[in-house]
Amino acid sequence: MDMKHPAPAEELLSSGHFACPGCGVALSMRLTLKVLGERTRMVVPASCSSVIASKYPHTAMKVPFIHTPFAVSAGFATGIAHALELKGDKESPVMVWAGDGASYDIGFAGLSGAAERNERILYICYDNEAYMNTGAQRSSATPSCTWTPTTPSLKREQKKNLFKIMVDHKIKYAATACVSHPQDMMEKLKKAKEASKEGFSFLLLLTPCPTGWGMEENLTVQAARLAVETGIFPLLEAEKGRVRITHIPTALGEEEGYLKLQKRFSKMRSEETKALKEWVRERWRELDSLSSSLP
Amino acid sequence: MIEKDNLKVLTGASAVAEGVKCCNPQVISAYPISPQTYIIEDLAAFVANKRLDAHYILVESELSAISVIAGATAQGVRSFTATSSQGLVFMHEMLHWCAGGRLPLVMVVANRAIGAPWNLWCDQQDILSQRDTGWMQVFANFAQDAMDLVPISYRVAEECYIPTLIGVDGFFVSHTSEPVKLFPKEVVEEFLPTFNFKFALDHNDPFTLWPTLEPVLYHQYRGILFEEHRKALKTWKKAFKEWKDLTGRGYLPVEGYKVEGAKTLFVTTGYLTGTTRWVVDELRSRGKKVGLINLRLIRPFPSEELREMVRDAEILMVLDRAVSYGVSGIVSEEVRAALRGDAPLVKGWVVSTGGREVFPSLIEEVYHRSIRSPQEESTEWI
Repeated sequence: MDMKHPAPAEELLSSGHFACPGCGVALSMRLTLKVLGERTRMVVPASCSSVIASKYPHTAMKVPFIHTPFAVSAGFATGIAHALELKGDKESPVMVWAGDGASYDIGFAGLSGAAERNERILYICYDNEAYMNTGAQRSSATPSCTWTPTTPSLKREQKKNLFKIMVDHKIKYAATACVSHPQDMMEKLKKAKEASKEGFSFLLLLTPCPTGWGMEENLTVQAARLAVETGIFPLLEAEKGRVRITHIPTALGEEEGYLKLQKRFSKMRSEETKALKEWVRERWRELDSLSSSLP
Repeated sequence: MIEKDNLKVLTGASAVAEGVKCCNPQVISAYPISPQTYIIEDLAAFVANKRLDAHYILVESELSAISVIAGATAQGVRSFTATSSQGLVFMHEMLHWCAGGRLPLVMVVANRAIGAPWNLWCDQQDILSQRDTGWMQVFANFAQDAMDLVPISYRVAEECYIPTLIGVDGFFVSHTSEPVKLFPKEVVEEFLPTFNFKFALDHNDPFTLWPTLEPVLYHQYRGILFEEHRKALKTWKKAFKEWKDLTGRGYLPVEGYKVEGAKTLFVTTGYLTGTTRWVVDELRSRGKKVGLINLRLIRPFPSEELREMVRDAEILMVLDRAVSYGVSGIVSEEVRAALRGDAPLVKGWVVSTGGREVFPSLIEEVYHRSIRSPQEESTEWI
C-alpha cells in the first residue's frame, strides 16, 4: 500500500468476526468501511457476510447493518436512501454489500431496477465466483470449466459479464477493484461514495475464497494479484458508460500460474485452458476497443 | 364529532387513495397489477398535482415494491404500497421478514384469484393464504370502509409494531363507485400521531437489524410476536372506537346484523357482506330466524367476540372465497378453531373463487341446504 495515502486507521469491522481464515471478503469489507466511514448503512442479503457479521447478541459491525432476504437488497437500500433524503441527510452512504449469487443471479432484477432508476446508493458486489455460504456451488459468476459440488463434470457456461451490463445502464459510476491493489480500490471507493450522493454507483470486487477455491489461506492476496495481472480480472472504471482501464496487467497470457493455485481448476484439460486463455484475450480485445483513454 | 358531510362518489380504489393521502406517507412504491392499478394511479396524480408530498418510486417488481417501503420504514419514514394476487404472493418472503422484523407497514390488497388457471377476478385466496406470515388482516366491505381502514390500520400497526394488510375485494369494491364521506384532514391529524419510529436506523447508535438468532433466542423472539398479535385486538377495538367518536362511523372486530333471535347465521368477509345482508332481510321478511356475522378482522382473530355473538345460534353458514385444499374453506377453518367444538354447528360453503358471482339465489340455496341437515358439520363446494 502507498504509505503516503494510508487507509484510515479506524476499524469499522472489528476482530472476532466469523470469516474463514484468509477470507477475501473480510479483507475487502474492512478496507471498504474504512473509506466509506461510520455513517454508512450496510444492507446485506443472505451471503457469507451475513455470517461474518457474527450473531446476536454480538456483532462485528460498527455501522448500522441490515440483514435482508436474498433478492431484495437493492430495493431495501432504495427505501433507506429516500428516507434519509426526506430527513435531510444526503451525506450518509447507503451501501449494498452483496455476493455474486445475490447480484448476478437471484437479485439481478432488483439491482437492474435500482440502477435504471438511478437511486442514490452504492451497490458493491463482492464476487467470490460461487455460492460460498452454502458450500461453493456454481453461480453465473463461476468461470467456465470450474469444478463445484453442483458441476461435478465442470461448469460449461461462461462467466456473466456483470460489469459490462451495469455500465450499459449508464449509471453515475461503475468500477472493478481488488484488495491486491488497495490503492486503486480506495480511490474507486472514494469516487463511488461521492457519486452515490447523486446517483447509482456500482463496484465489482473480486474476493478470493481459500475455502471455496481450494487453496491455502495465505494465498488470498497472491491469487487476487495473479487474477489482476494475468488480465483475468481487469481493473476498470466507467463514468456515464465510458470505460477506462485503470491498471495494465503485467502478465497477460500467463493464466496458468493463477489456475494452478486453485483446486477448483484442477480438472481443466489443456483444451479448456486454451479456451479460457482465448476468453481472456477476447475480453481484452473488447476492452481495448471500448476504453477511451489508455493510461 | 365532525358533522360536516363531504360526500363524493368514488370507486373503492379511489377511496383507498384518499385515505392514504390523509395519512401523509412520505414514500410510496408502486408496481401495477389489476385490480390494484387505480389506487397507485390516483396516488401518482396526487403526488404530481402536489396534493401529496411524497417520493413516488416506480419499481421493477412487487418484491422491490415491498422492499422499498420496508427500507424507508426502517429508516423512520411512513410509507405505502398496494398490490393484488400474484403480486402479493411474489412478496411472500418479505411478508414474513417485515412481520418478524416488526416493521409497522400498511399495504392494501385488491383481492384477486391466483393462477393457474389464469384469472383476473375476485376471490380471497391471495390474502388469506398469507395469514400465517404474521401480518394483521382487516377487510373492507364498501368503498367507505376502504378509506376509513387506512388511517385506522396505520394507527394500530404503528402502536403494535405489527404490519397490516387491508383486504379490498377486487372489482366488487375496488372498481365499484359509491358515495363516500371524505374526512377533513384534521380528523386524521387528531387520530393518527406523526410517525416517530423508535427503532429507526441510526449511525450514532448503530445496531444490526434482523440479526442471526440462535434457536432458543429465535423461539423466544417469535413468541413475543405471537403474544403481541393477541394483545393487538385491544388496540383495534380502541382505534375503532376513537374513529367512531371522531367520524360517527363504527367498526368492530366482529359485526352482527339481525343476530338477535337468529338460529342460523351467515358468516362473511368483504363485499359479500352487503349481498348477504339483503338476503337476510328477505328471509326475515318471510319469518325465517336468520342473521349475519361479518368478520372485520381475520388477524388477530376475534375468537371470544365471535363466540359471544353466536352463543344462541344453532348453525353457522360460512361463505368462503379461499380454501385450504381437501380440507375446508379458510374462514370456516378459522371459525371452527375459534368455537373449539362448542355449538353452533359450522357449515362451510365455498361459494366463489375466481370471481364467480354470488347471487342472492345462491345464498338462499346455502340457507335451505344448511337447515336440511342441522346435525352435521360439513364443507361443500357449491
